[in-house]
Amino acid sequence: MGASFVPIVVFTVLWGVVGIVCPIFAPKGPNRGIIQVVLMLTAATCWLFWLCAYMAQMNPLIGPRLDNETLIWIAHTWGNPIANGTK
Amino acid sequence: MTLCQLFLQSEAAYACVSELGELGLVQFRDLNPDVNAFQRKFVNEVRRCDEMERKLRYLEKEIKRDGIPMLEIPGECPEAPQPREMIDLEATFEKLENELREVNQNAEALKRNYLELTELKHILRKTQVFFDEMADPSREEEQVTLLGEEGLMAGGQALKLGFVAGVILRERIPAFERMLWRACRGNVFLRQAEIDSPLEDPSSSDQVYKSVFIIFFQGDQLKTRVKKICEGFRATLYPCPEAPADRREMAMGVMTRIEDLNTVLGQTQDHRHRVLVAAAKNIKNWFVKVRKIKAIYHTLNLFNLDVTQKCLIAECWVPALDMETIQLALRRGTERSGSSVPPILNRMETAEEPPTYNRNNKFTSAFQHLIYAYGVATYREVNPAPYTIITFPFLFAVMFGDLGHGALIAIFGFWMCYKEKPLQAKKIDSEIWNIFFGGRYIILLMGLFSMYTGLIYNDIFSKSLNIFGSSWRSNYRNDTLADNKLLQLNPDSEDYLQYPYPFGIDPVWQLAESNKIIFMNAYKMKISIIIGVFHMLFGVCMSLWNHIYFKRRISIYVEFIPQIVFLTLLFFYMVLLMFIKWTSYGPTPGKLGSDDPDVIRTSAYCAPSILITFINMMLFKTDPNTRPQCDDVMYAGQMGLQKMFVVVALLCVPIMLFGKPYFIMREQKQQARSQPLGAGPEGAEGAQAENGAAAGAPAEAPHGAHSHEEISEVFIHQAIHTIEYVLGSVSHTASYLRLWALSLAHAQLAEVAWNMLLRKGLMSMGFQGGIFLYVVFAGWAAISVSILVLMEGLSAFLHTLRLHWVEFQSKFYAGEGYLFQPFSFEVILDSAGQAEE
Repeated sequence: MGASFVPIVVFTVLWGVVGIVCPIFAPKGPNRGIIQVVLMLTAATCWLFWLCAYMAQMNPLIGPRLDNETLIWIAHTWGNPIANGTK
Repeated sequence: MTLCQLFLQSEAAYACVSELGELGLVQFRDLNPDVNAFQRKFVNEVRRCDEMERKLRYLEKEIKRDGIPMLEIPGECPEAPQPREMIDLEATFEKLENELREVNQNAEALKRNYLELTELKHILRKTQVFFDEMADPSREEEQVTLLGEEGLMAGGQALKLGFVAGVILRERIPAFERMLWRACRGNVFLRQAEIDSPLEDPSSSDQVYKSVFIIFFQGDQLKTRVKKICEGFRATLYPCPEAPADRREMAMGVMTRIEDLNTVLGQTQDHRHRVLVAAAKNIKNWFVKVRKIKAIYHTLNLFNLDVTQKCLIAECWVPALDMETIQLALRRGTERSGSSVPPILNRMETAEEPPTYNRNNKFTSAFQHLIYAYGVATYREVNPAPYTIITFPFLFAVMFGDLGHGALIAIFGFWMCYKEKPLQAKKIDSEIWNIFFGGRYIILLMGLFSMYTGLIYNDIFSKSLNIFGSSWRSNYRNDTLADNKLLQLNPDSEDYLQYPYPFGIDPVWQLAESNKIIFMNAYKMKISIIIGVFHMLFGVCMSLWNHIYFKRRISIYVEFIPQIVFLTLLFFYMVLLMFIKWTSYGPTPGKLGSDDPDVIRTSAYCAPSILITFINMMLFKTDPNTRPQCDDVMYAGQMGLQKMFVVVALLCVPIMLFGKPYFIMREQKQQARSQPLGAGPEGAEGAQAENGAAAGAPAEAPHGAHSHEEISEVFIHQAIHTIEYVLGSVSHTASYLRLWALSLAHAQLAEVAWNMLLRKGLMSMGFQGGIFLYVVFAGWAAISVSILVLMEGLSAFLHTLRLHWVEFQSKFYAGEGYLFQPFSFEVILDSAGQAEE
């Protein structure tokens, strides 16, 4: 599995705090229920959306087809200098 | 919500209704529905209020005409005045109206006079010009006659020429001249000169341009003819003396009279202005008071007068939680009116369905309106609005997904919410603005969520951000690069770093113009279905809530459980397959590009199509294996499990179809059996009375409600529901693919706008390139805002609304209630204020 441990933990914990911990501290008053619902739904939807984007790219089935000029540029800027010869 | 009866003493009635109107928590029912509006008890008072309002509107028109600002009401709205104050108000308005009408009439008469004098002045001046032109310098001024020497000498005798002088509208002069020429056969002589300054028409207060003319003719016949033509063209004729001395005298007289008139006119205008300014201070106040009085009397008209003629009876819907507040308000009203008898608020039992009342604050009310636009919730049914607060902006954002455009929307929404109070106070007229302003919280949330999904889609104005470093590298060597225009990176190699971009879509995809869409389509279609299935499951779970609250235990077993099982076993299973495909198939780190059959079995080559798998599952079909290195299945036991899922799901359908009618039939038989034979109808009535006793949550409602329903009706009803649900689950799942479609359209439009406009501007060189970029940026910004933000935004809004109304709410929402519309001065004043504008 091509998954890296750190981002999963970070984002799950982040949205977990927003969705599970924060509602406990919602201010008391007539709006407490609404605030809790809003926090929980926000956390659930945002976490699900991030998770799908992450999982869709973990094990990619195809790669991007790039222009040769673009390839030269990304090799230069993303730290992969071009070697001589054919592939 | 309780139905209450209110007994008010006649003297206290006015004050109590006034207090209740301020409170805005009571909905009155019309107890005299068949009484004509003109026969109601308080029709005279309502008529008087109408009269007062008419006078106030006249005053307002005059104030607006003069451009005097009307002061807004400082602080609180004034309370409805007592009935005896009404007479004072009427007298004041009457006096003001009469005064104003008198002043206006006087002013008009004065202006007419002024106009005549001014025209005369111009005539005298211009004819002087005619004479000056004719003047022979050798002659003395006094002796110059109109025509001069030539005329005298030509005929050998003095020709007696008559003339008329007058003023006519400048536009009419050509036609006037032509008419004169034709009618008088060219025997009259017209001279005209334009008046430079425009004159004010007294009745319409328009500024018009006029010209002075003089017509010379000989003889009486021509004189009559000329006079008639002048009349026809509505030219005003003035007597103009022939001799210059007379003319000068007349001119001086006219000037003095004009001066006097000016002074008088000025004073009249001042007086009018003063009256209006004094009225303008209070006019908003008066409007509010009059409208409140009218509202109170309209409400009093709904009441019934009881036998003793001393007491008014009202029926009203009252939220059960607010009984205390209402009692306090009634007590205050009684004290104010000085009556001794306290009002009585009595609860009534009823089988009628109460109106639906959902308490909202300014934030939630916008979302509540979105739900109500489809249908008001049935009394006490679960309200989807609190969840809509987040799911609506989220689904919008999935379709809109652009950080830049989302930021624009969020800034707009934030500005409207931040400047809420000043913007509300302005009372802007435009309906489009009011729609946007009413939905300011929705817009703010949509913008914020769009920024989040924009970050995940990695799309800001169709460009990507590389915050964390891409997970793809280029390993091609320079000869390959020189020979090939397009090259693809292979994930099963060093090209992919074997861990994904941590937040969102990798920025490399934005650079891959040729096959970006293939990847994004697969990704976006899957997330659309995932989000859709979760949304629908959420909807079905809400129906469980409804069943529990209304104590429909049978429905839980024969409706909710089969529905959940059907949806889960088929569509949630498809969602699980998607997650399995995402995790099981792909490059194996450490064994990149290997030939090992075990590795190949889990590589990209063997990844199956989810859609084909699902279709084969439903049709109990297996495709022939075209790839011998690959397994038929994604996990062990897939075929058997799938067959079982389909069978169980299909079994749910007859349960949904026949379950509920069967139980209803059984209950009806039990009822018929448990009552003695002769008391059949009474037994049914008894059951009805039992049901009528519940004003709150109806107990065993289907029990009593269906006792008189035909069995065939029940079956048909249930069949419709089942077909709707089963077919709906397929069609609604596919309907969620609009999330993919709209986000694709948005991304492509943004890309086209960038490539065709801004890129050309950014690539232009030199000084003229700078100017070109300046111009092109304006075009790109205009297209971005008008098409991408406004049009796409509206489109995504509409589709999200549809998804909520149809796909989500059809799983649980009945929406057959009616709204609680309390008697509230705030509501009445707002709507009156809007109708006025």
